[in-house]
Amino acid sequence: MSHYALTIHQAQEKLRAREVSAVELSQAVLNRIQDTDQHLHSYLTVCAEEALAQAETADRTLANGVTPPPLCGIPIALKDVILAQGVRSTAGSKILEHFVSPYDATVTQHLKEAGAVIIGKVNCDEFAMGSSNENSAFAPCRNPWDTDRVPGGSSGGSAACVAADQTCAALGTDTGGSIRLPAAFCGIVGLKPTYGRVSRFGVVAYASSLDQVGPCTKDVRDCALLLEVIAGYDPRDSTSVNRPTPSYTAHLERGVSGLRIGIPQEYFIEGMQPEVETAVRDAIAHLSTLGAEIVPISLPHTEYAIASYYIIAMAEASSNLARYDGVRYGYRAAEVEDLGALYQTTRAQGFGSEVKRRIALGTYVLSAGYYDAYYVKAQKVRTLIRQDFLSAFEACDIIATPVAPTTAFRLGEKLADPLTMYLSDIFTIAVNLAGLPGLSVPCGFDQHGLPIGLQLIGRPFDEEALLQAGYAYEQDHDWRARKPPL
Amino acid sequence: MRITPDEVRQIATLARLSFTEEELTELTQHFDTILTYVDKLGELQTDSVEPTAHAVAVSAPLRDDVVTNTPNAAQTDALLANAPSRKTHFFRVPKIIE
Repeated sequence: MSHYALTIHQAQEKLRAREVSAVELSQAVLNRIQDTDQHLHSYLTVCAEEALAQAETADRTLANGVTPPPLCGIPIALKDVILAQGVRSTAGSKILEHFVSPYDATVTQHLKEAGAVIIGKVNCDEFAMGSSNENSAFAPCRNPWDTDRVPGGSSGGSAACVAADQTCAALGTDTGGSIRLPAAFCGIVGLKPTYGRVSRFGVVAYASSLDQVGPCTKDVRDCALLLEVIAGYDPRDSTSVNRPTPSYTAHLERGVSGLRIGIPQEYFIEGMQPEVETAVRDAIAHLSTLGAEIVPISLPHTEYAIASYYIIAMAEASSNLARYDGVRYGYRAAEVEDLGALYQTTRAQGFGSEVKRRIALGTYVLSAGYYDAYYVKAQKVRTLIRQDFLSAFEACDIIATPVAPTTAFRLGEKLADPLTMYLSDIFTIAVNLAGLPGLSVPCGFDQHGLPIGLQLIGRPFDEEALLQAGYAYEQDHDWRARKPPL
Repeated sequence: MRITPDEVRQIATLARLSFTEEELTELTQHFDTILTYVDKLGELQTDSVEPTAHAVAVSAPLRDDVVTNTPNAAQTDALLANAPSRKTHFFRVPKIIE
């Protein structure tokens, strides 16, 4: 097997056995990017020089003979909303095209302390707003399984680069499905951790009460490994939660015997692609043969999740993105008369149309006269959605659903109508509103050879149960043996 | 229509955005579609429901009142390096007082 195709845990073994050096591994990945990225546009910035320097350091650590840190010499890509010191961070936006981060995000710091090689920054929808990666201000990232199709969004680059073996693993962010949807569309494993599990310090904000950083990996073991490294309390993020991080890899093989898996009737809807429903139901049936108990449940407010989400997310976005004013960093419009015009022209020229639409709608729902009718109403519905899940978890331990009603759609297919695009997130969004962990695991292919994803949803801070169930399923289904035609 | 182009223009001003007439027509249409869709929340009786701002309980943590970030010239430079316009260690903006 080529070095670039290695998972984190395979690379770990080979590096420690000195069968491959960290420099060889990073070089293989860099070559792979060079050979394939003109078809995919996964990467916005490749950190070749820095990566090879980090790999050399890793080789010295590995040669020392003492136990190296968990990610020593392992190439990891970062979604371009996650800051790395001295590296350009665009968030997929023209307004930050030349922004070089003066500091590391907490997750980046954790990766570096664990010995990881930051191989580059990957494509995403502008400010993580989108479900297809077509809102990237630079170029849409493409799906490695069919380059006429989208990789999903907003973490499209994070999923595509992992699926195409352009890195060992990547980090993405998930506000309404932005890790899980691309993971499903690209046939990889993606996890949105519980809100508060992973620090958001140094991550470009979209909707702060929903955003969460998580792993995009080739298999479930890698996902557990990477989560272990990035999770934990951070005093620099007031919403990060101060509780110990379990060792996710230690009990990965526990199995699903006795686990109660809830199946919500609202997630198997009319109009779903039949192959998606079949693959997801087969996966659930398999978990049942492994000893899990299948329990029908109901999440009655599911159909209100998208409306609630978009009001809340747009309101938070309009507030968060007020900082891009052309004064302290980022793009500034030329030749403006006064400060008011500077703000307005900078933002009109610097932001793309979806970002402007969300800022405008967010401003509207927060404005006098509409605040209660839209914003407070959406927050109340959020309470109902959260209560749905908490009562469901009295009857079950985890919940299994499809990640999306269809496999990857074509570029341009949903661009004209924003609402149709928003509906792509129909099965992922409620998880963010409720602050729960959600895992996307590959569970088959449709007749066009496009991957299908199974979503597992857990109780707050119970990522362990999801990883154990995902791992148990994966041991009997080697979907990863099939590779995208690149 | 739920909203007029003039109202959308007013929102744009509040949000420090500007749109061409063509963009404004399209945006008004999108506002209409999205606002009509989110109206479905009105089907739910929520008078006695508390709003949720954060899914997990969040409180404002306090720390000791000590200096944790002593100013350092290299860091100041790195910050100012991203400024679109600067003069020595200041951000430079168009004149705001006549």
